[in-house]
Amino acid sequence: MSVRHALLAFLSARPKYGLQLREEFEESTGEVWPLNVGQVYTTLQRLERDGMIESDESEDEPGPQKVFKITEAGRVELDQWLNTPPDMAQPPRDELVIKVLSALRVPGVSVHDVIQVHRRYLVELMQQWTRLKEDEADFDLTFALVGDAELFRLDSVVRWLDAADSRLKRAALEPPDTKPAPLIRRRLVTRR
Amino acid sequence: MSYLELRGVSKSYGTGAAEVHALADVNLAVEKGSLVAVMGPSGSGKSTLLTIAGSLEEPTSGEVVIDGDPLSSMSRSDKARLRRRTIGYFFQDFNLLAGLTATENVALPLELDGVSGRSASRMAAAVLADLGMADRGGHYPDELSGGERQRAAIARAIVGERSLLLADEPSGALDSINGESVMRMILNACRRGVTAVVVTHDAQLASWADRVVFIRDGRIVDQTVPPPSPEALLADAPAPRR
Repeated sequence: MSVRHALLAFLSARPKYGLQLREEFEESTGEVWPLNVGQVYTTLQRLERDGMIESDESEDEPGPQKVFKITEAGRVELDQWLNTPPDMAQPPRDELVIKVLSALRVPGVSVHDVIQVHRRYLVELMQQWTRLKEDEADFDLTFALVGDAELFRLDSVVRWLDAADSRLKRAALEPPDTKPAPLIRRRLVTRR
Repeated sequence: MSYLELRGVSKSYGTGAAEVHALADVNLAVEKGSLVAVMGPSGSGKSTLLTIAGSLEEPTSGEVVIDGDPLSSMSRSDKARLRRRTIGYFFQDFNLLAGLTATENVALPLELDGVSGRSASRMAAAVLADLGMADRGGHYPDELSGGERQRAAIARAIVGERSLLLADEPSGALDSINGESVMRMILNACRRGVTAVVVTHDAQLASWADRVVFIRDGRIVDQTVPPPSPEALLADAPAPRR
Protein backbone atom coordinates (compact mmCIF):
# COMPACT_ATOMS: atom_id res chain seq x y z
CA MET A 1 0.00 0.00 0.00
CA SER A 2 1.47 3.30 -1.03
CA VAL A 3 0.68 5.76 1.74
CA ARG A 4 2.22 8.48 -0.40
CA HIS A 5 -0.15 8.01 -3.31
CA ALA A 6 -3.18 7.37 -1.15
CA LEU A 7 -2.60 10.75 0.49
CA LEU A 8 -2.30 12.43 -2.91
CA ALA A 9 -5.61 10.81 -3.87
CA PHE A 10 -7.31 12.20 -0.76
CA LEU A 11 -6.01 15.67 -1.53
CA SER A 12 -7.06 15.57 -5.19
CA ALA A 13 -10.60 16.85 -4.54
CA ARG A 14 -9.79 19.69 -2.14
CA PRO A 15 -7.26 20.89 0.47
CA LYS A 16 -7.46 19.11 3.82
CA TYR A 17 -6.18 19.22 7.39
CA GLY A 18 -3.57 16.67 8.50
CA LEU A 19 -6.02 15.19 10.98
CA GLN A 20 -8.69 14.82 8.32
CA LEU A 21 -6.23 12.97 6.08
CA ARG A 22 -5.38 10.52 8.81
CA GLU A 23 -9.04 9.78 9.47
CA GLU A 24 -9.85 9.36 5.79
CA PHE A 25 -6.94 7.02 5.32
CA GLU A 26 -8.19 4.78 8.12
CA GLU A 27 -11.73 4.79 6.76
CA SER A 28 -10.85 4.25 3.14
CA THR A 29 -8.75 1.14 3.68
CA GLY A 30 -11.64 -0.54 5.45
CA GLU A 31 -9.61 -0.20 8.65
CA VAL A 32 -7.69 -3.33 7.76
CA TRP A 33 -4.31 -1.86 6.98
CA PRO A 34 -2.45 -0.61 10.00
CA LEU A 35 -0.91 2.82 9.82
CA ASN A 36 0.54 4.89 12.61
CA VAL A 37 -0.09 8.56 12.97
CA GLY A 38 3.57 9.40 12.57
CA GLN A 39 3.66 7.69 9.16
CA VAL A 40 1.02 10.07 7.82
CA TYR A 41 2.85 13.17 8.97
CA THR A 42 6.33 12.06 7.85
CA THR A 43 4.89 11.15 4.44
CA LEU A 44 3.21 14.56 4.18
CA GLN A 45 6.57 16.17 5.03
CA ARG A 46 8.31 14.24 2.23
CA LEU A 47 5.55 15.02 -0.28
CA GLU A 48 5.95 18.71 0.53
CA ARG A 49 9.74 18.48 0.21
CA ASP A 50 9.29 16.83 -3.24
CA GLY A 51 6.90 19.55 -4.41
CA MET A 52 3.88 17.25 -4.68
CA ILE A 53 1.85 19.15 -2.08
CA GLU A 54 1.88 22.58 -0.47
CA SER A 55 0.81 23.70 2.97
CA ASP A 56 -0.16 27.01 4.48
CA GLU A 57 2.80 28.82 5.98
CA SER A 58 1.28 29.40 9.41
CA GLU A 59 2.93 26.37 11.05
CA ASP A 60 6.37 24.86 10.57
CA GLU A 61 5.75 21.24 11.54
CA PRO A 62 3.24 19.13 9.61
CA GLY A 63 0.49 18.28 12.09
CA PRO A 64 -3.22 17.92 12.56
CA GLN A 65 -4.00 21.65 12.22
CA LYS A 66 -2.04 22.36 9.06
CA VAL A 67 -3.86 22.56 5.69
CA PHE A 68 -2.38 20.71 2.70
CA LYS A 69 -3.15 21.00 -0.98
CA ILE A 70 -1.99 19.07 -4.02
CA THR A 71 0.29 20.74 -6.62
CA GLU A 72 0.29 20.23 -10.40
CA ALA A 73 3.37 17.98 -10.04
CA GLY A 74 1.41 15.99 -7.45
CA ARG A 75 -1.49 15.52 -9.87
CA VAL A 76 0.84 14.26 -12.59
CA GLU A 77 2.49 11.86 -10.15
CA LEU A 78 -0.91 10.60 -8.94
CA ASP A 79 -2.20 10.07 -12.47
CA GLN A 80 0.92 8.11 -13.44
CA TRP A 81 0.68 5.92 -10.37
CA LEU A 82 -3.01 5.13 -10.91
CA ASN A 83 -2.39 4.05 -14.48
CA THR A 84 0.81 2.07 -14.01
CA PRO A 85 0.12 -1.63 -13.40
CA PRO A 86 2.14 -3.07 -10.53
CA ASP A 87 4.80 -5.58 -11.60
CA MET A 88 3.16 -9.00 -11.55
CA ALA A 89 5.36 -10.64 -14.17
CA GLN A 90 7.59 -12.45 -11.69
CA PRO A 91 5.85 -15.30 -9.89
CA PRO A 92 6.18 -14.81 -6.14
CA ARG A 93 8.03 -17.49 -4.15
CA ASP A 94 4.97 -19.31 -2.94
CA GLU A 95 5.46 -21.34 0.20
CA LEU A 96 2.31 -23.38 -0.37
CA VAL A 97 3.36 -24.38 -3.89
CA ILE A 98 6.75 -25.43 -2.52
CA LYS A 99 5.09 -27.53 0.22
CA VAL A 100 2.93 -29.38 -2.32
CA LEU A 101 5.85 -29.96 -4.69
CA SER A 102 7.95 -31.20 -1.78
CA ALA A 103 5.19 -33.56 -0.60
CA LEU A 104 5.51 -35.38 -3.94
CA ARG A 105 9.06 -36.40 -3.04
CA VAL A 106 8.48 -37.63 0.48
CA PRO A 107 7.84 -41.41 0.69
CA GLY A 108 4.77 -42.39 2.68
CA VAL A 109 3.19 -38.93 2.45
CA SER A 110 -0.10 -38.58 0.57
CA VAL A 111 0.03 -35.39 -1.43
CA HIS A 112 -3.78 -35.41 -1.55
CA ASP A 113 -3.92 -35.33 2.25
CA VAL A 114 -1.41 -32.48 2.30
CA ILE A 115 -3.52 -30.60 -0.26
CA GLN A 116 -6.65 -31.12 1.85
CA VAL A 117 -5.02 -29.73 4.99
CA HIS A 118 -4.26 -26.51 3.13
CA ARG A 119 -7.62 -26.43 1.34
CA ARG A 120 -9.51 -26.68 4.63
CA TYR A 121 -7.42 -23.94 6.22
CA LEU A 122 -8.06 -21.60 3.25
CA VAL A 123 -11.80 -22.31 3.19
CA GLU A 124 -11.97 -21.62 6.94
CA LEU A 125 -10.27 -18.27 6.36
CA MET A 126 -12.72 -17.57 3.53
CA GLN A 127 -15.65 -18.37 5.84
CA GLN A 128 -14.39 -15.75 8.27
CA TRP A 129 -14.00 -13.10 5.56
CA THR A 130 -17.46 -13.92 4.22
CA ARG A 131 -18.95 -13.52 7.71
CA LEU A 132 -17.30 -10.12 8.03
CA LYS A 133 -18.68 -9.15 4.65
CA GLU A 134 -22.10 -10.45 5.61
CA ASP A 135 -22.08 -8.33 8.75
CA GLU A 136 -20.59 -5.16 7.37
CA ALA A 137 -20.73 -5.04 3.60
CA ASP A 138 -24.22 -3.60 3.41
CA PHE A 139 -23.13 -0.33 4.93
CA ASP A 140 -19.43 -0.22 4.14
CA LEU A 141 -18.55 -0.33 0.47
CA THR A 142 -14.81 -0.03 1.04
CA PHE A 143 -14.83 -2.96 3.42
CA ALA A 144 -16.78 -5.02 0.88
CA LEU A 145 -14.14 -4.28 -1.77
CA VAL A 146 -11.29 -5.19 0.56
CA GLY A 147 -13.14 -8.38 1.55
CA ASP A 148 -13.69 -9.28 -2.11
CA ALA A 149 -10.00 -8.81 -2.86
CA GLU A 150 -9.03 -11.11 -0.01
CA LEU A 151 -11.67 -13.72 -0.94
CA PHE A 152 -10.58 -13.80 -4.58
CA ARG A 153 -6.95 -14.14 -3.53
CA LEU A 154 -7.71 -17.08 -1.21
CA ASP A 155 -10.09 -18.56 -3.79
CA SER A 156 -7.38 -18.56 -6.43
CA VAL A 157 -5.18 -20.63 -4.12
CA VAL A 158 -8.01 -23.11 -3.45
CA ARG A 159 -8.55 -23.41 -7.21
CA TRP A 160 -4.89 -24.13 -7.71
CA LEU A 161 -5.06 -26.86 -5.02
CA ASP A 162 -8.17 -28.34 -6.71
CA ALA A 163 -6.42 -28.33 -10.07
CA ALA A 164 -3.25 -29.86 -8.59
CA ASP A 165 -5.35 -32.52 -6.87
CA SER A 166 -7.10 -33.51 -10.12
CA ARG A 167 -3.94 -33.31 -12.21
CA LEU A 168 -2.02 -35.55 -9.81
CA LYS A 169 -4.90 -38.01 -9.64
CA ARG A 170 -5.01 -38.20 -13.42
CA ALA A 171 -1.21 -38.50 -13.69
CA ALA A 172 -1.24 -41.43 -11.24
CA LEU A 173 -3.60 -43.32 -13.60
CA GLU A 174 -1.39 -42.80 -16.63
CA PRO A 175 1.92 -44.61 -17.35
CA PRO A 176 4.94 -42.63 -16.15
CA ASP A 177 6.73 -40.49 -18.67
CA THR A 178 10.36 -41.53 -18.98
CA LYS A 179 11.55 -38.42 -20.77
CA PRO A 180 13.30 -35.93 -18.49
CA ALA A 181 11.27 -32.79 -17.98
CA PRO A 182 12.57 -29.78 -19.90
CA LEU A 183 14.13 -27.16 -17.74
CA ILE A 184 11.98 -24.09 -17.66
CA ARG A 185 14.14 -21.04 -17.78
CA ARG A 186 11.92 -18.68 -19.69
CA ARG A 187 11.25 -15.39 -18.06
CA LEU A 188 8.00 -13.60 -18.56
CA VAL A 189 8.36 -10.38 -20.42
CA THR A 190 6.38 -7.47 -19.14
CA ARG A 191 4.51 -5.38 -21.63
CA ARG A 192 2.84 -2.30 -20.38
CA MET B 1 -30.86 -31.70 17.01
CA SER B 2 -30.12 -32.79 13.48
CA TYR B 3 -32.84 -32.00 10.98
CA LEU B 4 -31.27 -34.02 8.18
CA GLU B 5 -29.13 -37.07 8.72
CA LEU B 6 -27.39 -39.44 6.34
CA ARG B 7 -26.32 -42.62 8.10
CA GLY B 8 -23.84 -44.88 6.32
CA VAL B 9 -25.27 -43.98 2.93
CA SER B 10 -23.78 -45.76 -0.08
CA LYS B 11 -24.86 -45.66 -3.66
CA SER B 12 -23.58 -47.77 -6.54
CA TYR B 13 -24.63 -47.90 -10.17
CA GLY B 14 -24.18 -50.93 -12.43
CA THR B 15 -23.01 -54.37 -11.36
CA GLY B 16 -19.91 -56.55 -11.50
CA ALA B 17 -16.89 -55.05 -13.21
CA ALA B 18 -18.94 -52.05 -14.37
CA GLU B 19 -20.03 -51.19 -10.82
CA VAL B 20 -19.41 -47.57 -9.89
CA HIS B 21 -19.51 -46.44 -6.28
CA ALA B 22 -20.93 -42.93 -6.33
CA LEU B 23 -21.15 -42.70 -2.54
CA ALA B 24 -19.42 -44.84 0.06
CA ASP B 25 -20.52 -44.89 3.70
CA VAL B 26 -21.45 -41.22 3.94
CA ASN B 27 -22.38 -39.93 7.37
CA LEU B 28 -23.64 -36.38 7.60
CA ALA B 29 -25.76 -34.63 10.20
CA VAL B 30 -27.15 -31.15 9.52
CA GLU B 31 -28.46 -29.16 12.46
CA LYS B 32 -31.82 -27.44 12.16
CA GLY B 33 -31.45 -23.89 10.83
CA SER B 34 -27.89 -24.38 9.67
CA LEU B 35 -26.32 -24.08 6.26
CA VAL B 36 -23.92 -26.83 5.26
CA ALA B 37 -21.93 -26.74 2.04
CA VAL B 38 -20.69 -29.95 0.45
CA MET B 39 -17.62 -29.09 -1.59
CA GLY B 40 -15.94 -31.36 -4.09
CA PRO B 41 -14.80 -31.68 -7.71
CA SER B 42 -16.97 -32.93 -10.58
CA GLY B 43 -17.76 -36.60 -10.21
CA SER B 44 -17.08 -36.63 -6.45
CA GLY B 45 -20.65 -37.72 -5.68
CA LYS B 46 -21.95 -34.43 -4.34
CA SER B 47 -25.01 -34.24 -6.61
CA THR B 48 -25.87 -37.88 -5.82
CA LEU B 49 -25.67 -37.02 -2.14
CA LEU B 50 -28.18 -34.23 -2.68
CA THR B 51 -30.69 -36.28 -4.67
CA ILE B 52 -30.57 -39.07 -2.08
CA ALA B 53 -31.01 -36.57 0.77
CA GLY B 54 -34.02 -35.18 -1.12
CA SER B 55 -35.59 -38.64 -1.59
CA LEU B 56 -35.34 -38.29 -5.37
CA GLU B 57 -33.14 -41.38 -5.43
CA GLU B 58 -32.82 -44.42 -3.13
CA PRO B 59 -29.50 -45.27 -1.47
CA THR B 60 -28.08 -48.74 -2.15
CA SER B 61 -27.53 -49.03 1.58
CA GLY B 62 -27.78 -46.77 4.60
CA GLU B 63 -30.52 -44.50 5.82
CA VAL B 64 -31.71 -40.92 5.35
CA VAL B 65 -33.54 -39.34 8.29
CA ILE B 66 -35.47 -36.09 7.91
CA ASP B 67 -36.81 -34.42 11.05
CA GLY B 68 -36.56 -37.71 12.94
CA ASP B 69 -38.34 -39.82 10.30
CA PRO B 70 -36.34 -42.44 8.37
CA LEU B 71 -37.25 -42.29 4.67
CA SER B 72 -37.10 -46.09 4.43
CA SER B 73 -40.09 -46.39 6.76
CA MET B 74 -42.22 -43.98 4.72
CA SER B 75 -44.81 -45.01 2.16
CA ARG B 76 -44.56 -43.70 -1.39
CA SER B 77 -47.29 -41.17 -0.72
CA ASP B 78 -45.59 -40.00 2.49
CA LYS B 79 -42.42 -39.41 0.53
CA ALA B 80 -44.32 -37.61 -2.22
CA ARG B 81 -45.90 -35.34 0.40
CA LEU B 82 -42.46 -34.70 1.92
CA ARG B 83 -41.14 -33.66 -1.49
CA ARG B 84 -44.14 -31.42 -2.16
CA ARG B 85 -44.41 -29.83 1.24
CA THR B 86 -41.16 -29.99 3.18
CA ILE B 87 -38.27 -30.00 0.75
CA GLY B 88 -37.33 -27.17 -1.58
CA TYR B 89 -35.12 -28.06 -4.52
CA PHE B 90 -32.93 -25.58 -6.29
CA PHE B 91 -30.93 -26.69 -9.30
CA GLN B 92 -28.59 -24.66 -11.43
CA ASP B 93 -30.83 -24.62 -14.48
CA PHE B 94 -33.69 -23.31 -12.26
CA ASN B 95 -36.37 -25.47 -14.00
CA LEU B 96 -38.88 -22.63 -14.15
CA LEU B 97 -41.83 -23.50 -16.40
CA ALA B 98 -41.80 -21.21 -19.41
CA GLY B 99 -45.60 -21.03 -19.75
CA LEU B 100 -46.14 -19.78 -16.21
CA THR B 101 -45.40 -16.36 -14.73
CA ALA B 102 -42.92 -16.02 -11.87
CA THR B 103 -45.76 -15.96 -9.34
CA GLU B 104 -47.43 -19.01 -10.92
CA ASN B 105 -44.13 -20.89 -10.90
CA VAL B 106 -43.65 -20.16 -7.21
CA ALA B 107 -47.27 -21.02 -6.38
CA LEU B 108 -47.22 -24.32 -8.28
CA PRO B 109 -45.79 -26.59 -5.53
CA LEU B 110 -48.38 -25.19 -3.09
CA GLU B 111 -51.24 -25.86 -5.49
CA LEU B 112 -49.98 -29.38 -6.14
CA ASP B 113 -50.09 -29.81 -2.39
CA GLY B 114 -53.78 -28.82 -2.25
CA VAL B 115 -53.51 -25.14 -1.29
CA SER B 116 -56.23 -23.08 -3.01
CA GLY B 117 -55.17 -21.07 -6.04
CA ARG B 118 -55.84 -17.78 -4.35
CA SER B 119 -53.89 -18.56 -1.15
CA ALA B 120 -51.05 -20.06 -3.17
CA SER B 121 -50.76 -16.88 -5.28
CA ARG B 122 -50.84 -14.72 -2.19
CA MET B 123 -48.07 -16.75 -0.52
CA ALA B 124 -46.01 -16.79 -3.71
CA ALA B 125 -46.31 -13.02 -4.12
CA ALA B 126 -45.22 -12.50 -0.51
CA VAL B 127 -42.04 -14.58 -0.93
CA LEU B 128 -41.22 -12.86 -4.22
CA ALA B 129 -41.65 -9.49 -2.52
CA ASP B 130 -39.27 -10.59 0.25
CA LEU B 131 -36.69 -11.28 -2.42
CA GLY B 132 -37.15 -7.86 -4.03
CA MET B 133 -39.35 -9.13 -6.89
CA ALA B 134 -42.66 -7.49 -5.89
CA ASP B 135 -43.20 -5.93 -9.31
CA ARG B 136 -41.85 -8.83 -11.40
CA GLY B 137 -44.26 -11.60 -10.39
CA GLY B 138 -46.45 -11.16 -13.49
CA HIS B 139 -43.57 -11.71 -15.89
CA TYR B 140 -42.72 -14.94 -17.69
CA PRO B 141 -39.27 -16.53 -17.21
CA ASP B 142 -38.00 -15.32 -20.59
CA GLU B 143 -38.88 -11.76 -19.59
CA LEU B 144 -36.73 -11.98 -16.46
CA SER B 145 -32.97 -11.43 -16.13
CA GLY B 146 -30.72 -14.31 -15.02
CA GLY B 147 -30.62 -12.95 -11.48
CA GLU B 148 -34.41 -12.58 -11.38
CA ARG B 149 -34.96 -16.15 -12.61
CA GLN B 150 -32.61 -17.28 -9.87
CA ARG B 151 -34.61 -15.40 -7.25
CA ALA B 152 -37.86 -16.85 -8.57
CA ALA B 153 -36.35 -20.33 -8.30
CA ILE B 154 -35.24 -19.64 -4.71
CA ALA B 155 -38.70 -18.30 -3.89
CA ARG B 156 -40.21 -21.54 -5.21
CA ALA B 157 -37.78 -23.55 -3.10
CA ILE B 158 -38.66 -21.78 0.18
CA VAL B 159 -42.37 -20.93 -0.32
CA GLY B 160 -44.90 -22.25 2.19
CA GLU B 161 -43.62 -24.28 5.09
CA ARG B 162 -40.68 -25.80 3.30
CA SER B 163 -38.04 -26.44 5.94
CA LEU B 164 -35.29 -28.18 4.00
CA LEU B 165 -33.58 -26.47 1.10
CA LEU B 166 -31.34 -28.55 -1.17
CA ALA B 167 -29.35 -26.59 -3.71
CA ASP B 168 -27.01 -27.84 -6.45
CA GLU B 169 -24.48 -25.23 -7.68
CA PRO B 170 -26.94 -22.44 -6.86
CA SER B 171 -24.98 -19.66 -8.52
CA GLY B 172 -25.04 -21.45 -11.89
CA ALA B 173 -23.57 -19.20 -14.51
CA LEU B 174 -24.17 -16.00 -12.57
CA ASP B 175 -21.34 -13.56 -11.90
CA SER B 176 -19.86 -13.45 -8.42
CA ILE B 177 -21.95 -10.55 -7.11
CA ASN B 178 -25.23 -12.23 -8.14
CA GLY B 179 -23.91 -15.54 -6.83
CA GLU B 180 -23.27 -13.81 -3.54
CA SER B 181 -26.84 -12.52 -3.32
CA VAL B 182 -28.17 -16.05 -3.91
CA MET B 183 -26.10 -17.29 -0.96
CA ARG B 184 -27.27 -14.34 1.12
CA MET B 185 -30.91 -15.34 0.42
CA ILE B 186 -30.24 -18.95 1.36
CA LEU B 187 -28.47 -17.87 4.55
CA ASN B 188 -31.36 -15.56 5.45
CA ALA B 189 -33.77 -18.47 5.01
CA CYS B 190 -31.59 -20.49 7.40
CA ARG B 191 -31.64 -17.71 9.97
CA ARG B 192 -35.45 -18.05 9.88
CA GLY B 193 -35.15 -21.75 10.67
CA VAL B 194 -34.79 -23.41 7.26
CA THR B 195 -32.11 -26.11 7.09
CA ALA B 196 -30.03 -26.00 3.91
CA VAL B 197 -27.48 -28.11 2.08
CA VAL B 198 -25.63 -26.56 -0.84
CA VAL B 199 -23.35 -28.62 -3.04
CA THR B 200 -20.73 -26.75 -5.02
CA HIS B 201 -17.18 -26.86 -6.32
CA ASP B 202 -16.86 -23.13 -5.65
CA ALA B 203 -15.03 -22.13 -2.46
CA GLN B 204 -16.51 -18.64 -2.48
CA LEU B 205 -20.06 -20.01 -2.38
CA ALA B 206 -19.09 -22.66 0.16
CA SER B 207 -17.62 -20.00 2.41
CA TRP B 208 -21.16 -18.73 3.16
CA ALA B 209 -21.91 -21.98 4.98
CA ASP B 210 -21.79 -22.55 8.72
CA ARG B 211 -19.85 -25.72 7.97
CA VAL B 212 -18.10 -26.93 4.83
CA VAL B 213 -17.86 -30.67 4.27
CA PHE B 214 -15.33 -31.94 1.72
CA ILE B 215 -16.27 -34.87 -0.49
CA ARG B 216 -13.88 -36.83 -2.67
CA ASP B 217 -14.49 -40.05 -4.62
CA GLY B 218 -17.84 -40.55 -2.89
CA ARG B 219 -16.44 -40.20 0.61
CA ILE B 220 -16.58 -37.34 3.06
CA VAL B 221 -12.93 -36.75 3.81
CA ASP B 222 -12.86 -33.63 5.97
CA GLN B 223 -14.83 -30.66 7.25
CA THR B 224 -14.18 -27.15 8.49
CA VAL B 225 -14.09 -26.30 12.16
CA PRO B 226 -16.45 -23.41 12.94
CA PRO B 227 -14.44 -20.30 13.74
CA PRO B 228 -14.92 -18.73 17.21
CA SER B 229 -16.11 -15.48 15.60
CA PRO B 230 -15.25 -13.53 12.48
CA GLU B 231 -13.38 -10.99 14.58
CA ALA B 232 -10.79 -13.68 15.33
CA LEU B 233 -9.52 -13.17 11.80
CA LEU B 234 -8.65 -9.56 12.42
CA ALA B 235 -7.37 -10.13 15.94
CA ASP B 236 -4.99 -12.98 15.06
CA ALA B 237 -3.57 -11.99 11.71
CA PRO B 238 -0.51 -9.77 11.88
CA ALA B 239 -1.40 -7.54 8.94
CA PRO B 240 -5.18 -6.99 9.09
CA ARG B 241 -6.47 -5.09 12.07
CA ARG B 242 -9.70 -3.58 13.34
